[in-house]
Amino acid sequence: MTSFAGWQMPLRYASETAEHQAVRRAAGLFDLSHMGEIRLSGPGAGAALDYALTGHLSTLRPGRARYTMICADDGGVLDDLVVYRQDEDEFLVIANAANTDVVLTQLRDRASGRDAQVTDATGDYALVAIQGPEAAGILAPLAGGLDLGAIKYYAGAFGEVAGRKAWVARTGYTGEDGFEVFCRPEDAEPIWSALVVQGTPAGLVPAGLAARDTLRLEAGMPLYGNELGPDVTPFEAGLGRVVKFDKPGEFVGREALAARAASGPVKHLVGLTIQSRRIARHGYPVLADGQTCGIVTSGAPSPTLSAPIAMAYLEPGAGQDDQVLTVGIRGEAVPARLTDLPFYRRRQ
Amino acid sequence: MSVPAELHYTPEHEWVSVEGTSASVGITEYAAQQLGDVVYISLPTPGATVTAGEPCGEVESVKSVSDLYSPVDGEVTEVNTELEDDPSLVNAEPYTAGWIFRVRVAQGGDGEAALPPDLLSAAEYEELTKSAG
Repeated sequence: MTSFAGWQMPLRYASETAEHQAVRRAAGLFDLSHMGEIRLSGPGAGAALDYALTGHLSTLRPGRARYTMICADDGGVLDDLVVYRQDEDEFLVIANAANTDVVLTQLRDRASGRDAQVTDATGDYALVAIQGPEAAGILAPLAGGLDLGAIKYYAGAFGEVAGRKAWVARTGYTGEDGFEVFCRPEDAEPIWSALVVQGTPAGLVPAGLAARDTLRLEAGMPLYGNELGPDVTPFEAGLGRVVKFDKPGEFVGREALAARAASGPVKHLVGLTIQSRRIARHGYPVLADGQTCGIVTSGAPSPTLSAPIAMAYLEPGAGQDDQVLTVGIRGEAVPARLTDLPFYRRRQ
Repeated sequence: MSVPAELHYTPEHEWVSVEGTSASVGITEYAAQQLGDVVYISLPTPGATVTAGEPCGEVESVKSVSDLYSPVDGEVTEVNTELEDDPSLVNAEPYTAGWIFRVRVAQGGDGEAALPPDLLSAAEYEELTKSAG
């Protein structure tokens, strides 16, 4: 167990490597109840989110989800978010646990006067995620009133899991197919237990935060606090696509983001494969010709690639023209190879 | 969790097994569990002199990197090269196949290996891990 943003979280249940492999090959079960849930209700909710976030959420169809960001006036990322439109006038915003208070405060502020109620619903929900190629097969017999096949990637629906009411969404943070089950806190344990019973014969294992981190890293997904933070805009992270300049009306950060889009990012996020067994960890320097040209944001062994991988921010121009890069791993310059992100992409 | 009675221990979670003047060293099952899956071990160099309580290598797991401390004074005679290919032996069999290095220690006046006086017994070490939660 470990402390994480005020929550007690399982870092691992047994072996994080085995948990990672289970998600790639069969299925893993995650307790993600720490994630923040913020509800926006009312006829002005879509317009409020269009103003508050970088995305064009008012065009989201009910039953669909979108990955988006909330930025400060200067374009710095305050959090990355998944937004579900659960009904015409009902949106559920999923924030990182450590940022929930900031996101809530900002959404309240930015939604004021727009006919939308902003509510912290974090305590109303537990979140159980089942991820992996076997996830749909395991969940289907337990799902009531839900046609899982009709829930496309980045969509969700109300229904029942193990007889308990839930919002079931085909989203995740592992690079695999899978579902996130939002339920009442008191229903989390029976849902979890039913999924364990149903899934164990198919290879499902409970998986902790450590496996979640290596899975998302292989999938090239950014983590707030590592790849994302107030010092970068979405453009540095290679996620400029989440900024919808063509949406009507003003939105927070537009001016700064437009300027950054025009000038180009001040650094760029890359993937590295480390030519060693040693791990290039968060904060380690990246060097070209002995000069520091960047910094590692996340690093871990990749069970799928059988090599350590990392994401790093490089200065503009660094890493081009077959320049040899190294990572300073506690005093040793270890060669690193630029690798296209994501490191891993599941077969469709 | 296993804490073999015949071994000596350190508060830094190394174990020591002594035969004559040869001391075998590894990390405890408790340490291996705390670290999680070990992915790399920086081994000391055979022939190197090690000092009790001083770092002589590193144990790297998925989530962290920790110094490996020598529990004894002496000269490294052998390292477990199996760990270069399979560092997970430290998790799977911490007290046997997962041993890390061997040290030739000086003989004391009694002809036995001269060990630092502050090594812990199995009971003392178990107590320490329990109080650590």
